[in-house]
Amino acid sequence: MKRLLSILLCFVSLSVFANEPAGEGAKAEGFNPGEMILHHIGDSHEWHWLATDNGNFTTYLPIIAYRPGKGVSVFSSKHISNGESEGPAKEYDGLKLDHEKLVSTDGSKVYDFSITKNIAALIGSAVLMLVIFTAVASGYRKNHGRAPKGIQSFFEPIIVFIRDEVAKKNIGPKYERYMPYLLTVFFFIWFNNLLGLTPGAANLSGNIAVTMVLALMTLVITLASSNKYYWAHIFATPGVPKPLLPIMIIVEVIGIFTKPFSLMIRLFANITAGHIVVLSFISLVFIFKSWAVAPVTLAFGLFINVLELLVALLQAFIFTLLTSMYIGGAVEDHHDADLQMGYDDGSASTHAH
Amino acid sequence: MPAFLSPELGLIFWQLVIFLLVLFLLAKFAWKPILLALKEREDSIEGALRMADQAKIEMQQLKAGNEKLLTEARLERDRMMQEATQMANQHREAEKARATAEANTIIQQAREAIQQEKNAALAEVKNTAAKLSLDIAERILRRELTDPAAQTQLVDSYLKDVKLN
Repeated sequence: MKRLLSILLCFVSLSVFANEPAGEGAKAEGFNPGEMILHHIGDSHEWHWLATDNGNFTTYLPIIAYRPGKGVSVFSSKHISNGESEGPAKEYDGLKLDHEKLVSTDGSKVYDFSITKNIAALIGSAVLMLVIFTAVASGYRKNHGRAPKGIQSFFEPIIVFIRDEVAKKNIGPKYERYMPYLLTVFFFIWFNNLLGLTPGAANLSGNIAVTMVLALMTLVITLASSNKYYWAHIFATPGVPKPLLPIMIIVEVIGIFTKPFSLMIRLFANITAGHIVVLSFISLVFIFKSWAVAPVTLAFGLFINVLELLVALLQAFIFTLLTSMYIGGAVEDHHDADLQMGYDDGSASTHAH
Repeated sequence: MPAFLSPELGLIFWQLVIFLLVLFLLAKFAWKPILLALKEREDSIEGALRMADQAKIEMQQLKAGNEKLLTEARLERDRMMQEATQMANQHREAEKARATAEANTIIQQAREAIQQEKNAALAEVKNTAAKLSLDIAERILRRELTDPAAQTQLVDSYLKDVKLN
């Protein structure tokens, strides 16, 4: 499933690049699916809800820019956004937007801390999570010691599943410290995956910056909770002949970073690929300019969308599961496999109690 | 590199800040009370089940104890009944024996008294008879002594009697 989507992602993005030179010519026709899709999965400085014949419904978001020497400037993106219209980029306070990238007119460095569409969605989902889970928590206060009720009974099995099947099984007896992070990351990814599927919403969990921060947090937590057995496993991998150790150390050290890197790419690719596939099917209507293609678009679009609902949950689960496995590897006291190998090459004394 | 593959600084910054904030707030106000409540409830359910099991065992023990107590009580009752019967029997026997003995004593005493009375009566009869015979003899003697022949005859008859004795 994941591989299929990744292949689709590659295919679609390749075709996008292939279209790039022809893009200028295609502009006359008014529709470029590659550009449209990239615009939809990307970030922007205004929230474009929908376009009708009477105009666009757009919320202009605040621009927050920091320029060394000039300080911080805050203003509405209305001043520099062109909306859907073409033409020369508008300029305001020495700043302009170049393909949704904030640049200064004089070419100096700009740090863009704007509340973009993704960040607005991030704040929205954060508020949603806080509201929902404080409501769940208040359910536990109200029905203390009794059966769960309402929203509480919807989330309780999921929380218990994360605790028992993900955290306890993979981390072991020290799982309790990591529960807040695991639960937050699971629900954060799940909620944002679902919100991202909503029409008009932002593609937050399919943004590489977001998945990068999540993966880095997993890396930091893993390294911060690692014990001597974890490092012993990396720098003196048991059961490996001495001459091979230098190679193994390099491999294992790279492994520390490839694990969170795979987390970052997996979530980003899965969610973005899903969006691209859905958008591609929708684009078919505009490419063929025919109603006849609508049933195909509708059927496949619906199928992929339902599949994405599953992927939304699955990716949240996989991210949480792998995070707890990495943490589990870092906090584990004794490795059964090590013990086995230790006996084999006669260095069992290090493991003897 | 296309734009959607390069992470933007602003989003990294806000994601970090907002995610950590959400993590902190949820950990404090949601996850901690939720996990604590779940654990408490599981503990209380487990405790209740264990207590129910224990109560069942205790109940069985109690039942067995009651049975034993009942059997013991029944045995005790039988024993007491037996003892009581035995004692009653003994008492009756003893009473009977005592009564018999008393009756015997009374009879004996009565006999003795009768004997005494009889002896006394006999003695009185003897005395009275002797007195009477003396009176009669006196009177006879008074009348007879007027006749010497008759006197002699009398003496002779006495003598004869004496000899015979």
